[in-house]
Amino acid sequence: MIARRTFAALLAFCAITAVVVPRTFAQDKSIVVASTTSTQDSGLFEYLLPLFKKKTGITVKVIAQGTGQALDTGRRGDADVVFVHAKAQEEKFLSEGQGVKRFPVMYNDFVLIGPNSDPAGIKGMKDVAKAFKVLHDKKQSFISRGDRSGTHSAELRLWKAAGIDIAKDHGPWYKAIGQGMGAALNTAQASNSYVLSDRGTWIHFKNKSDLQILVAGDRRMFNQYGVMLVNPAKHPNVKKELGQQFIDYLVSPKGQKDIANYTINGQQLFYPDASDPSA
Amino acid sequence: MNTDLSALQLVLSADPALIAIVKLSLLVSLTAVLLAALIGVPLGALIALTRFPGREAVIVTLNALMGLPPVVAGLAVFLALSRSGPLGSWGLLFTPQAMVIAQAILVAPIIAALSRQTVEDLWVEYRDELAAMNVAAAARVMTLIWDARFSLVTALLAGFGRAAAEVGAIIIVGGNIDGFTRTMTTAIALETSKGDLPLAIGLGLVLIAIVILINALAWGARRAGERYAG
Repeated sequence: MIARRTFAALLAFCAITAVVVPRTFAQDKSIVVASTTSTQDSGLFEYLLPLFKKKTGITVKVIAQGTGQALDTGRRGDADVVFVHAKAQEEKFLSEGQGVKRFPVMYNDFVLIGPNSDPAGIKGMKDVAKAFKVLHDKKQSFISRGDRSGTHSAELRLWKAAGIDIAKDHGPWYKAIGQGMGAALNTAQASNSYVLSDRGTWIHFKNKSDLQILVAGDRRMFNQYGVMLVNPAKHPNVKKELGQQFIDYLVSPKGQKDIANYTINGQQLFYPDASDPSA
Repeated sequence: MNTDLSALQLVLSADPALIAIVKLSLLVSLTAVLLAALIGVPLGALIALTRFPGREAVIVTLNALMGLPPVVAGLAVFLALSRSGPLGSWGLLFTPQAMVIAQAILVAPIIAALSRQTVEDLWVEYRDELAAMNVAAAARVMTLIWDARFSLVTALLAGFGRAAAEVGAIIIVGGNIDGFTRTMTTAIALETSKGDLPLAIGLGLVLIAIVILINALAWGARRAGERYAG
């Protein structure tokens, strides 16, 4: 009988848990931001969001995805704000009426990473398109994100600039892994491959081993971030006031200063440029 | 070596963020197992004790669903709970509740299939006795569940193992939001993508230790229960 009573007590405990649990989960004054793996993997949000919360009391819940997927999350109405980095895709999002207005926030740049030994011999090249051409011609192992992310879009632009139709013209040396930036860097590290990365994720990445930056500084490697409120006219559940407060903070002098102040080992990761309307 | 130490330090210093992650993992997985048990145990027992056309097909399907890929279950729950999906108005996507639903869907077939087998084996022993007593079907189900309770713990543990270990479903429906839907497994996935492999392994060891602890507790409870009952 004791066992039966224990069993009943256990059931009661479970039932209470089931009732109490949802309440513990409840949180007020929060927004969902669909953003990119680069803003999360670079550590920017860990630094920025507590500052924003202190100022406004708003909790920001970040879903880190590739830019294409993050915009899709916005299209379904599952996010209040999208914060991504592929201007062409962002403008398409706006033209579909999915976003209210795009605000440029900050930039950094893409860097071409490869093993120290640099079997392709591209180190220090100033022309990134030429470097991509060499990788292609020498069939060097290359890791592509392959996930419609901002970095993937940039990589496809660079192949095009090199005069290569990578969708048709690639062999087993070109590996599209369909995963985030960190996973792509891990794969490159483990297989002595070349890979395109945003600088923020690269600086924050801890498993560099014998990978290093080989090509950087070409104007075509510019990486612009923009932020948009998901259109409440299309998705009535969007928290437009709270979402707009987040956007206003990012482009405000205070938010821009906070972004500029985020550094790792003295290296600045992102450069604010909300004041440049053409960005 | 530094990072190896930092994982250990996190554990030893009872880092509040880590504790919150562990708590959420347990809360989500245990709630999912509870939900799945409330559905799976009676369902399994019912299938064990009744005969109906297509019963074999139901059993095979149930057994096959034990191998339901988490990412598929996650995607299905995601599409249902998305604001553009049929249950979008509930506003549950990217919440711990959504993670509980997804894991319950993964775990319920395991508990149901194992309960079915356990109860059916017991039924073979009891059949004549219960038939002679002319007990109604519902009462038969309850009696056999009660008598099989210690063996059914194994079914629950198998379900818990599945829930605690999976990452594919909860990362889709939970979104791995810092401080809100980040669990042990999604944190491990994130640290791996940041390239902090020692911390990821450290978190993995913590997860394994917790799962062992839960199993030890269940084992102890079962032994104690059997002693009292016996």
